[in-house]
Amino acid sequence: MKMDRREFLRIAGLAGLGLGIGTGASGWILSRGIEASEFIPSPNALTAKRWAMVVVLSKFKTEEDYKRVIDACHRFHNVPDIGNPKDEVKWIWTDTYEHVFVGQENEYLPEEFKERPFPLLCNHCTKAPCVRVCPTKATFKRKDGITMQDYHRCIGCRFCMAACPYGARSFNWRDPRPFIKETNPSYPTRTKGVVEKCTYCVELLENGEMPKCVQASKGGLIFGDLMDPNSEVRKVLSENFSMRRKAEMGTGPSVFYIIGGGEEDV
Amino acid sequence: MYDGGKIITGIIIFLLFATFPFYYNIGKAHVKPDPKLDTPVIKQLKEKKCVESKSYMRAYHMQLLDDWRNQALRKANRTYRNEEGKLFEISLQNTCMKCHSNKQKFCDECHKYAEVKPYCWDCHFVKEAKEGGAAR
Amino acid sequence: MFEKALVGGRRYWTLVAVLLAIIGIGFLVYLKQLSYGLGITGMSRDVSWGFYISQFTFLVGVAASAVMLVIPYYLHNYKKFSRIVILGEFLAVSAVTMCILFIFVDMGQPMRIMNVILHPTPNSILFWDSVVLTGYLLLNIIIGWTTLQAEWKETAPPKWVKPLIYLSIPWAISIHTVTAFIYAGLPGRHFWLTAIMAARFLASAFASGPALLILLALILRKYTTFDPGREPILAVSKIVAYAMVTNVFFFLLEVFTAGYSQVPGHLASFEYLFFGLEGHGRLVPLMWISILLAIVAIFLLVVPATRRNETTLKVACIAVFISLWIDKGFGLVIGGFIPNPLERVFEYWPTLPEFIISLAVWATGFLILTILYKIVISVRESIGPGEPAH
Repeated sequence: MKMDRREFLRIAGLAGLGLGIGTGASGWILSRGIEASEFIPSPNALTAKRWAMVVVLSKFKTEEDYKRVIDACHRFHNVPDIGNPKDEVKWIWTDTYEHVFVGQENEYLPEEFKERPFPLLCNHCTKAPCVRVCPTKATFKRKDGITMQDYHRCIGCRFCMAACPYGARSFNWRDPRPFIKETNPSYPTRTKGVVEKCTYCVELLENGEMPKCVQASKGGLIFGDLMDPNSEVRKVLSENFSMRRKAEMGTGPSVFYIIGGGEEDV
Repeated sequence: MYDGGKIITGIIIFLLFATFPFYYNIGKAHVKPDPKLDTPVIKQLKEKKCVESKSYMRAYHMQLLDDWRNQALRKANRTYRNEEGKLFEISLQNTCMKCHSNKQKFCDECHKYAEVKPYCWDCHFVKEAKEGGAAR
Repeated sequence: MFEKALVGGRRYWTLVAVLLAIIGIGFLVYLKQLSYGLGITGMSRDVSWGFYISQFTFLVGVAASAVMLVIPYYLHNYKKFSRIVILGEFLAVSAVTMCILFIFVDMGQPMRIMNVILHPTPNSILFWDSVVLTGYLLLNIIIGWTTLQAEWKETAPPKWVKPLIYLSIPWAISIHTVTAFIYAGLPGRHFWLTAIMAARFLASAFASGPALLILLALILRKYTTFDPGREPILAVSKIVAYAMVTNVFFFLLEVFTAGYSQVPGHLASFEYLFFGLEGHGRLVPLMWISILLAIVAIFLLVVPATRRNETTLKVACIAVFISLWIDKGFGLVIGGFIPNPLERVFEYWPTLPEFIISLAVWATGFLILTILYKIVISVRESIGPGEPAH
C-alpha cells in the first residue's frame, strides 16, 4: 500500500489521539474507587444557612483583649509571624476607624474613638469577589456561607488578593515554617506559594466547637446563623445599630460591627 | 554512513545519559523498606486495624487520602465510614498520624525506597519529639 | 523552513548566544525563586502583583497589535502591507509567549498549573485569559508559518488559512479585552473599576505594538537584506499616531473623571502616581517621564514632516514604546494597589532577582523573534524580489 509522509502523519496523529482518549477514559473509570455514601458530615457538626459574626466593640477594652483574640487564632492555625509588613501573614488583625470604614470619613468623631482598634478579618461575603475570580475554585463558597480556602488547589496566582476589597487575604511569600514559634500539631501549616485567610474555623465548627477568636473574645465576638431568627447574632443586631465594611460594594459581608460609643448591655 | 562520526558520537552520548541512573547507583546498598508499626498509640490499640485493610492501604492509600481531602475540605464531610462500618474523623494529621506518629520509620521508609516525594509534608506534619518547628 | 534558522552569519549567532546566556542566568535565578518563594521579589501583602504581571499586561498589547496590519491587508486589501504582515504575526507569537512565561514565573505554585485546565472555572477571567492567549498563540503560529511556507513555495496559501486569519482579528481584540477585564471587574480597586479600561488597553496596544514593529523593521533593514519599503512604514506610523492620540485622550478622560468628581477612591491612585501620597512618591519621576515622552511622541507623530523623517520617526517610536511601557507597566498595575483597600500606602519596587528573571523572559521572546525573523529573511532571500503570491 503506497502512502506518502503526510498521510502517514495524519493516521499516526489520529491513532495517537484515539489511544490517548481511550486510555484516559478507562483510567478515569477504573479510578472511581470509593463511593460517596461512605462520607458523611460529622455527627456533632454545627450547621447554619449563613454564618455571621458580630463584633461588639465595647467588649474590647484593653490591648490585651485584642491580643488574646488574635493569638488564639494565629496560634491554633500555625499562622507565621514573619515580622515585616511586606511578607506578613495575618488572618485577624486590627486597624483604626478611618482605615476600617473607608467610605465613612468623619473628622469630628470623638478622639478616643478615632484611636480605637477594630478587629478585622475575612468578611465571608455572600457575593465574594475572590470566589468569582479564582481560576481553579481553590477559594469557594460553602453552603453555610463560609468562603473557604483549599490550599491543595491554590496555584498562587493572587487574583483573589487583587479582588478582595477588604485586604483580608495573605500570601505565603516564603516558607512559613521557620516563623512559627510553636506549632499546633492538630492543624497543618501552609507552604510557600499559596494564599490563606480566616475560614471561620470550619474544622472546629464541624466538631461542634465555636471559632477560636470567638472563644477567646469574652463576648466581644458573637457568632451564629444569620438566617436563624432566634440566633444570638440576630438578637444582637435587632437591638443595636451596626455597620459593615464597604457595604456599598454589594459584596454582602457577614461581619457586623456594633460600635456604639457608650455602654450598652449587649 | 553520512555524518557517521556525528551520529556515533550522538549515540554514545545518548547511551551515557540513558544509563546514568544505573551506573550512578553502583555500590549504594539498598535495603528493603521495613516500615515500623510500634508507635505508642498503635501498641495500645486493642484491634490493630487501620482505616482499611493492609493490602488496600498499601495499594490505594494515596487515592484514599485524595478522596478524604476532597470530601472533607470541599464537601464538608468530615467523617468516614469504612467497609466494616467503623467511623473515623477525616484528617491526615489527627487520624492517620495519630497512630502512625513515627513518620520517618513508617511513611518515609517506603517513600525513600521508591523515590517518592509527596508534597503533603510541605503543610502536614508530625511533631516528633522536637521543640518548635515541624518534622518534614 | 526551520533549517533556515540554523544557518546564519556571525552577527546572528552572537545575538543568539547572548540571548541564550541571559536566559540561562535568568533560569538559575528562577530556580532560586522557586526554592525561596516569591518573597524574593518586591511584591508584598498589599502590592500583590508587580513587575511580572505588569510586563504581561504590556506585552498582551504588543501581541494584539498584529491585528493593525492584518485588518488593512486581509480585510481591506491594502497591498502595501504584503511584506510586513508576517513580521506582525511573528511578533505576536513572540509577545504571547512572553506573556505566558511572565504569568508562569509569577505563580506561587507553578507545578499546579494544570489545575486551571482540570478545574475550568468560566466565571474567572483568568480562565478565559488562558484560553484566549493559547488560542491566539496557536492561530498566529499556524497562520504565520503557513503563509510564509506558501510564499517560499511561491504559491498561494491553502484556502483554510483565510477563515483562521479572519478569526484572528476578533481574537486579537479579545485577548486584550479579556486582560483588561482582569482589572476592570474588581469592586475593591477604584483605580481600575472603569469601563474605559478595555478601550485604554486597546488604544495603548495599537500604539506600542506597531511602534515596536516600525523599529524592528528599520533594524532589519539596517542589518539584513530585508527591506520593508518606505510606504508601509509611513502607513504604520499613521496608525501609531492615531492610536497614541486616542490613548492619551482616554487617559485625560480618566484624569477628568477622577479630578473633577474629587471622589477619593478614584483620585487617590492618581495622586500617588503623579504627586505622591503621604510622603511616598517613588513612582512620581517615572510617571512624569512617561507624560513627557508621550507629549514628545505625539508632537513628532502628528506633524507630517517629523513623521515622514525616519530619524524623528525612530525617536517618536522609542518614546511611544517607553512611555506606554511605564504607563501600562508601573502606572496601571502598581497604581491599582496603592493605596491599599484600607487606604494605607505601602510602596513597591522590583528587586534584582525579579528584574533578572524578567530580563530572561524578554530575552526568550526576543530569541523567538530572532529565529522567526531569520526564517522570514532567509525565505525572502531565497525566492528573490517580487510580491508574495497572496
